[in-house]
Amino acid sequence: MKQRYDVLIIGGGMIGSAIAREMSRYQLRIGVLEKNLDVCYETSGRNSAVVHGGFAYDEGTLKARLCVEGNRIMGDLARELDFPFLRCGKVLVGNTEEDMETLKRTLVQGEKNGSQGLEIVDEDRLHELVPAAVGRFAMYSPNSGILEPFKYTIALAENAHQNGVDYYFDHEVTGISREEDGSYQVATIQGDYRCRWVVNAAGLGCGKISDMLGIKGYRIIGSKGDYIILDKRTGPLLPMPVYPVPSNTYMGIHVTNTIDGNVTIGPNADLVDNFEYYGVLQKNMDYLAESASRIWPHINRGDYIRNYSGILPKWVDEQGTIQDFRIEIRDDLAPHAINLVGIESPGLTAAVPIARYAIGLMKDREELKENPDFNPVRKGIIRFEEQSKEEQARLIQENPDYGEVICRCEKVTRAEILQAIHNPLGVSTMAGIKYRTRAMMGRCQGGYCQMRLEQMIEEELGKKETEVLYARQGSQVLMGKVRGEA
Amino acid sequence: MEKKDVIIVGGGPAGLAAAVELYEKGITDILILEREKHLGGILRQCIHDGFGLTRFKTTLSGPEYAQRFIDQVLEKQIPCLTDTTVLEVSQDKVVTAASRDGMMQFQAKAVILTMGCRERTRGALAIPGERPAGVFTAGVAQAYMNLYNRMPAKEVVILGSGDIGMIMARRLTLEGAHVQAVFEVQPIPSGLPRNIEQCLNDYNIPLYLSHTVTDIHGNSRLTGVTVSQVDEKMRPIPGTEKEYACDTLILSVGLIPENELSIDAGVRLDNRTRGALVDEHFQTSVEGIFAAGNVLHVHDLVDFVSMEAERLADSAAEYVKNGSLEECPLEIGTDANIGHTIPQRISGRRDVTLSMRVRGVFKNCRIVVRQNGVEIAAKKMKKALPAEMIQIPLKADRIGENGKLEVSVEC
Repeated sequence: MKQRYDVLIIGGGMIGSAIAREMSRYQLRIGVLEKNLDVCYETSGRNSAVVHGGFAYDEGTLKARLCVEGNRIMGDLARELDFPFLRCGKVLVGNTEEDMETLKRTLVQGEKNGSQGLEIVDEDRLHELVPAAVGRFAMYSPNSGILEPFKYTIALAENAHQNGVDYYFDHEVTGISREEDGSYQVATIQGDYRCRWVVNAAGLGCGKISDMLGIKGYRIIGSKGDYIILDKRTGPLLPMPVYPVPSNTYMGIHVTNTIDGNVTIGPNADLVDNFEYYGVLQKNMDYLAESASRIWPHINRGDYIRNYSGILPKWVDEQGTIQDFRIEIRDDLAPHAINLVGIESPGLTAAVPIARYAIGLMKDREELKENPDFNPVRKGIIRFEEQSKEEQARLIQENPDYGEVICRCEKVTRAEILQAIHNPLGVSTMAGIKYRTRAMMGRCQGGYCQMRLEQMIEEELGKKETEVLYARQGSQVLMGKVRGEA
Repeated sequence: MEKKDVIIVGGGPAGLAAAVELYEKGITDILILEREKHLGGILRQCIHDGFGLTRFKTTLSGPEYAQRFIDQVLEKQIPCLTDTTVLEVSQDKVVTAASRDGMMQFQAKAVILTMGCRERTRGALAIPGERPAGVFTAGVAQAYMNLYNRMPAKEVVILGSGDIGMIMARRLTLEGAHVQAVFEVQPIPSGLPRNIEQCLNDYNIPLYLSHTVTDIHGNSRLTGVTVSQVDEKMRPIPGTEKEYACDTLILSVGLIPENELSIDAGVRLDNRTRGALVDEHFQTSVEGIFAAGNVLHVHDLVDFVSMEAERLADSAAEYVKNGSLEECPLEIGTDANIGHTIPQRISGRRDVTLSMRVRGVFKNCRIVVRQNGVEIAAKKMKKALPAEMIQIPLKADRIGENGKLEVSVEC
C-alpha cells in the first residue's frame, strides 16, 4: 500500500490539472494519477487551441454556461499562471441565405448564453477583420481567442504542484474498489493508492473509469480530427480564426492562427472507437486543404510543416446524439467520487469553471477548509525570442545560457531548455522539452537541435542514451552507441 | 556600433571559402559568425570521402576538406566568432547576433549569406500515418552517428535516393544495422550515380524507383511502414501496398536553402531554387547583400560551393572597394527542361559561368544558351541528369547589350 490521499484525481490533462489546481486552494492532500509521461499527450494537447465564445451550445447546458464563464476569466487566469493567451476574436463566414439564418440563430443563442459582443458583419467589415477571409458576411465574436494548449495545461499542473499536489506519471489506473471504511483503493500499474475522494478526469478514459466506479452505462465515442500545421510565414495572413457556418453537431473545418504565429487547418470529425490511434490519413489531409481553402485561400503544400490528430470523448445517448458535459456525484453508486463524463470541446475554455463546479459538488457534501498558503501565481519559462533586444541583452548578462541558441527555427536558448529539462513535474521526455520551450516545433522539426536536446537530457538527468524517450512509454529514440561500451 | 567591411553569416564551406578569397583580394576587415562551436558546417559530420576532386584534385573526407579552409582562416588570422547565432540581418546591413558573451551588433558594408540548407522533413512531405520515434532525416541520423556516437537504428527503410540517404545506407550497414531497401518516388534516382554504385550496389541494398511510403505505423517506436508503387504522376497505386517491419525510417527527400534571415533582410527569393535571386556578382536584390553555396541553390558537390563562394568574394571585394558593382540588366530565362540558372541576371560585359540543373534525364543532348535567337554558348552532353549540376561558361564578347538570354535543352 502506498500513499494515502484525501483526493486522487485520475487524469492529469487540462481538466484533471485544473481540478488539482482549484482543489489546492483547500487543505487537502491531493494526488494526480496520469497514465502518460506528461500532462498533455492526449486531448489536452491535440485540439484547435481556440478559446470559445460560448454561442455554439444549447441554452441552459453546462457546455454553454461553463464556456462563457471560462471565456470571461481566461485573461486573469493567463496573467496569474503565465501562459500565452490572445483575445483575438473569431469569425464564422457564410454565403447563402441559409447560412445567414443559421448565423442569426447562433447569435441569438449566444446572447442567451451570455456571450458578449456578437454581431453580424458585412463583407467589407469581414475584410477589415480578416482581409484574406472568403465570405459574403460573417458572425464576429470579439471575445473568442486562442491560447497555447501545452503551456496552459502545464501551467495548471505546475501551479497545482507548487501548492502541494503530487503528480504520478506512468500510473495507468487498472481498478477501483471501495473499502469498508468508505475509502477508495485505486490500483495502478505501479501499485495501489488509498484515498477518501476519487475524481474521474480521465478524458478519453472517462467511460472506463466510470465503469470502475460502478457508474455504468455511459456510452463514449471518439470524434477524431486531423490537423495540418503551416509555416510561420502564413501567420500574418490570419489575424483570427476563420470558421465556416456550423451545423448542430460540428463546428466545421476551420483555419486557426496559433499563439506562436503558425496556422492550423482542421479538424475533420471521424467517429472512432480506438482511442490510441492518432494516425493522420492522406484522404483527410486532402479534404482539409480543399475545405479550408474555401474560407481562406492561402493553403499551399510548400507551407506544411507537420500534421497531428486529436480525439474528443463524446458522451452520446442510444440514438447517438451528443450529450452535455456530465459532472456528478452519485451518492447511491459511488459516494465521494466526482465523475466527469464526456468532457470534450469546449473543455479547454471551460476547464477552470468545470473544476470549480466539480468542487462545488464536493462542498455540498464536505466542508473544505481554505489553504492559507495557496499561491495562485505561477511563473513560466522566459522566452528569449519574445523579448526586446535590450531585455535579451540583460538576460544573457544575468545568465549566459540565454546567449546560446539551441533551436534555430524558434530561437530557443540553452537556458530555456535547461529549465524545461529540470521542470517542476519531473517530466524527462523529448516532447516534454518541446512542449515547454517550442524547441523542435519549427520548420526544420528538430533537424538542427534534436541531437543537442538528446545529449542535454543524458547529461542533465544522468540517463543512458537508450533511456531517452521521445514521448510515450517505449518511444526509445536511440538504440545505443555506435562505438565503445554499450 | 562596431563597423566591419564584410560580415559572413555561416562558417561552413561557402563562408570559409568566401573569407579566404576576400582576404586574398585585400579585404581583411572581415568577421565570420558561426553558430556552432567549430567551423566547417555540415562537412563536420560528412566523414565519408569523395570531397575535393574538382577543387583540390584529390579525394578528401568532409572534415579534411573543411580543414583546408579552416587552416587558411587561422593562418591569415581572419576573425571569427563561433557559438554565435545571427538573429537578424537588416536591409541596411546591420547584423545582430547573440552568444554567451552577450548581444552584439555590427554595421557592415557588405553581408555575405552562407547559411546552407536544411532537410525536407516528414511533415513537409505530409507523409500520412502515426508519429512514432524512429523517423529521422538522413542528416539527423548522420549527426547522431558521426558527431554524437549514438546509434539511431537497427532495422532500416530509407525513403528518398538523395545522396545523404545513400551515404547513410552504407554507414548504417557498416555499423551493424540492416538496411532493407531505398525507395524513391521519382522514376529516376535523385542522388549521384557514384553513390548508387558505392553505397547501395556494393552492399546489395535494393533501390526501388517509383515507390513511396504511404503509411507509418507505431504509437511509440516505429514498428513498420507501408510502401506503395506510384503512377507517372507520383500518386500511389491502390493494391500495390507492401508492409515492411522496421524500427527506423530515414528520409532523404530534398534540401531547402535556409533563407529565413535573408527574407527578413528583404532579399527576394526565386520560387524555383528557394534561394535568393542573384546577379553575376552573387548580389541579391538588396544592394551589398550577397549569397552563395547551398543557401543560394542546392549543389551536388561541395567543390562547386567553394568555387561559387570564391567568385562571390571577388565581387564583394570589388563592392567594398568601389561602393558599387556593374549593373546587370540582362535576364536569363529557361525552358521547361531546365529547373533554374544561377545567376538569374548578368551584365553581359564580362565572362560568367551559368550553373543549372535539368529537370529530367536527357541523352545525347545539347544545352544551348541563346540571345535574340542567336546561339551564344552550348554544351554537349552524353547524359544530363537532374542529380548533377551543369555549368556553362559564357564569353563576354558573344553577349549582346540587349535581349534576354534563354537556356534550353535540345536533343
